[in-house]
Amino acid sequence: MATVAKSPIKAKHQRLVLLIVALVVLIGAALLAAWALRNQASYFYVPSEIVARPPEPGRAVRLGGMVEKGSLKTAADGVTINFAVQDGKARVPVTFKGIVPSLFVEGSGVVAEGKMGTDGTFVADNLLAKHDENYVPHEMQDMSREQAQKVMQETK
Amino acid sequence: MIAELGLAALWLAAALAALQLVSGALGLTERGAVLGGAVRPVAVVQGGLALLAFACLIYVFSVTDLSVKLVALNSHSMKPLVFKIAGAWGNHEGSMLLWVTVMGLGGAFVALVEKRLPERTMLATLAGQAFVSLGFYAFLLLASNPFERLSPVPMEGNGLNPLLQDLGLAFHPPTLYLGYVGLSIAFSFAIGALVTREVGPAFAKAMRPWVLGAWIFLTVGITAGSYWAYYELGWGGWWFWDPVENASLMPWLAATALLHSCGVLAARNALRAWTIMLGVVAFSMSMIGTFLVRSGILTSVHAFAVDPQRGTFILALLAIYIGGALVLFGLRAATVTEGERFAFVSREGALVVNNVMLSAILGIVLFGTLYPLFAEAMGAKVSVGPPYFNPMSALFAVPMLVVLMVGPLLRWRRDKFGRVGRGLVIPAMLVVAGGIGVLVLGGVALLPWIGLALSVGLGWASLLPLKGRNLRRTPLPIWGMVVAHFGIAVALFGMSSESAFSVEKLVAVRMGEVTQVGPWGVKLGTVEPVAGPNWTAMEARLLVRYGIDGKVTRMLPQSRSFWTPPQQTSESALLTRWNGQLYAVLGGEAPKVDGEKQSRWQLRLWWKPFAPLIWIGGLLIALGGLLALLGRVAADVRRIVAKDKIAYRREKQGR
Repeated sequence: MATVAKSPIKAKHQRLVLLIVALVVLIGAALLAAWALRNQASYFYVPSEIVARPPEPGRAVRLGGMVEKGSLKTAADGVTINFAVQDGKARVPVTFKGIVPSLFVEGSGVVAEGKMGTDGTFVADNLLAKHDENYVPHEMQDMSREQAQKVMQETK
Repeated sequence: MIAELGLAALWLAAALAALQLVSGALGLTERGAVLGGAVRPVAVVQGGLALLAFACLIYVFSVTDLSVKLVALNSHSMKPLVFKIAGAWGNHEGSMLLWVTVMGLGGAFVALVEKRLPERTMLATLAGQAFVSLGFYAFLLLASNPFERLSPVPMEGNGLNPLLQDLGLAFHPPTLYLGYVGLSIAFSFAIGALVTREVGPAFAKAMRPWVLGAWIFLTVGITAGSYWAYYELGWGGWWFWDPVENASLMPWLAATALLHSCGVLAARNALRAWTIMLGVVAFSMSMIGTFLVRSGILTSVHAFAVDPQRGTFILALLAIYIGGALVLFGLRAATVTEGERFAFVSREGALVVNNVMLSAILGIVLFGTLYPLFAEAMGAKVSVGPPYFNPMSALFAVPMLVVLMVGPLLRWRRDKFGRVGRGLVIPAMLVVAGGIGVLVLGGVALLPWIGLALSVGLGWASLLPLKGRNLRRTPLPIWGMVVAHFGIAVALFGMSSESAFSVEKLVAVRMGEVTQVGPWGVKLGTVEPVAGPNWTAMEARLLVRYGIDGKVTRMLPQSRSFWTPPQQTSESALLTRWNGQLYAVLGGEAPKVDGEKQSRWQLRLWWKPFAPLIWIGGLLIALGGLLALLGRVAADVRRIVAKDKIAYRREKQGR
């Protein structure tokens, strides 16, 4: 019962082999994860950054800023909206097809998830507006002080 | 008065936890051995007092005692009673109190029923449990007192986040907490065994029911949380890789690995150090999860009550417990490693693969969840989402699922692939046939394609351990394994089918207009205002018909407005058919264009083939755990009864 009769491997060696296999897999996983994170993490941009160094079209990014006043237009299909996001220095046109969050209004803060189209328009597939009293999109916490104050005032 | 009573009970419980720690630790020494006898009763009373404190909190919430700050901040007199009660734990302080309560009760239960462990290991375990509790008591009493009074007393409370006003969610946190805290018991067992160096099958058998129990609650909690996110957020997805979701997934992955390695240790006395390590890791993941959710360091849709100071406190606790446990492990691991050998092709070998793969997935999820923190420390804003998590976790999940088909058929110690090969011909053919079938349907992405193909074969293979058995005599733990593994196949099929075949339609329609989504015709009847206890809503009446000649059914999605706090939520409407689910969300009124007269309403419709199988599979997995647990407990009870009978007979015969 105590030993596997025909096994040529000693207990110590077996532990060592198992340990090495486990370590190789785990380190492999860690390296892969690090590589994938460098490649695929979607970065947060404000409009002036997007205008200065646009990410290549098709790469998933987040765009955060204020919805420009007077820029919000609904297309004839009733579900596509076009608006511009600005940070006081630059503006980026955005198009979004979907049901907008209830606190999404002109002049308030928004974070759009999506990618740059080839024509310089940001195609959003998700909009994060201020969710409720307690929830502010993470990236918005770091906008400049005035912007943050404005977001707080406008979206109350 | 009730609030003060609760606070007093909490202080007393904390004092008893300190006593439990001291007497447990001294009880291990020769001179303090007499103190050891106090540990079990103290643990029981401590659990009772924690429960009393929690009951007091529930009471002040149920009567909406606004002089208690926590109630004023999180409740409202207009709320339905069930949500008032759920409000007691739907906030930071309350959930921490729930945590220590469950932990105290867990310790009390161990003290009352656990008879298998050697007494010294038992003392060390209960002392360890008290040590962990003590940190959380300190946290509650010093940094977040749930019974704090408020002066002047406000006229009305702030209300509960409407997203949380949902029956499913009201009972979701307690379920997860039972899981988290169950793992704290496994952690204490691991500490206890490390202190006394008694790691063996008896230890694994004693620890296994606790791990199983925690794992069942985690499974149910994750399944329920996923379903909640699916229907309540109105986004139509079932897993978002949100930090809060990951916080519950990580302990589950560790617990799953622990459960399986516990089985190896119990049956074969191998993987000793590894099992202990997993016991430490599993609870560490619970704590890291709590830290991530509570500290507000990662913002998520689900995170509430954000306070950096508390984050620091939890981080300190984390450092003490995890760091301490790892140091102890480092010191003692070498003395517990000697175990049985096994060949690589064997049940043990398959379970080692399972463990390593689960650990790799755990590492990937942990990495992806924490990476934004590191990146931010380096000055970059990063968010990590499905493009990272999906393929990376699949990379390790797929080989694990393949091994899962083979593993349960292998014998302990050593086996040959040739012996089990014939049984696996049919599952392998099913995988190939499934793959070709989906390929013919076409237009399916790689991951769902692999998932669909694997799930068919896995469904069959998971039933194979029952082959040639008398089903009525088959032990419950075997049934448990079969049901849980079959549940994985079912869930995998649902997930893959949902990802591969979902049809989405987003439209703005006039009343009377018909929209096609997949096989469904959806007609917007009317849109009318309705009112609830603390909300008003616009409710759409949809008339839906499957195919051309199907029966017409009504669906009523709502767009709700709450007034305390002011917030809008969409209540999606779901229609379940045997082959899938129709999902409808009502948006707002579309702005009028080109001088329109009649208004149009935004509708988002999904046809999700076999989507409910995702959660049915989750529940099957949990049911498998429950069967295994019942089987183990029943066996224990039988053993104790038999022992008593023998002792009784001996006494009677005067021996």
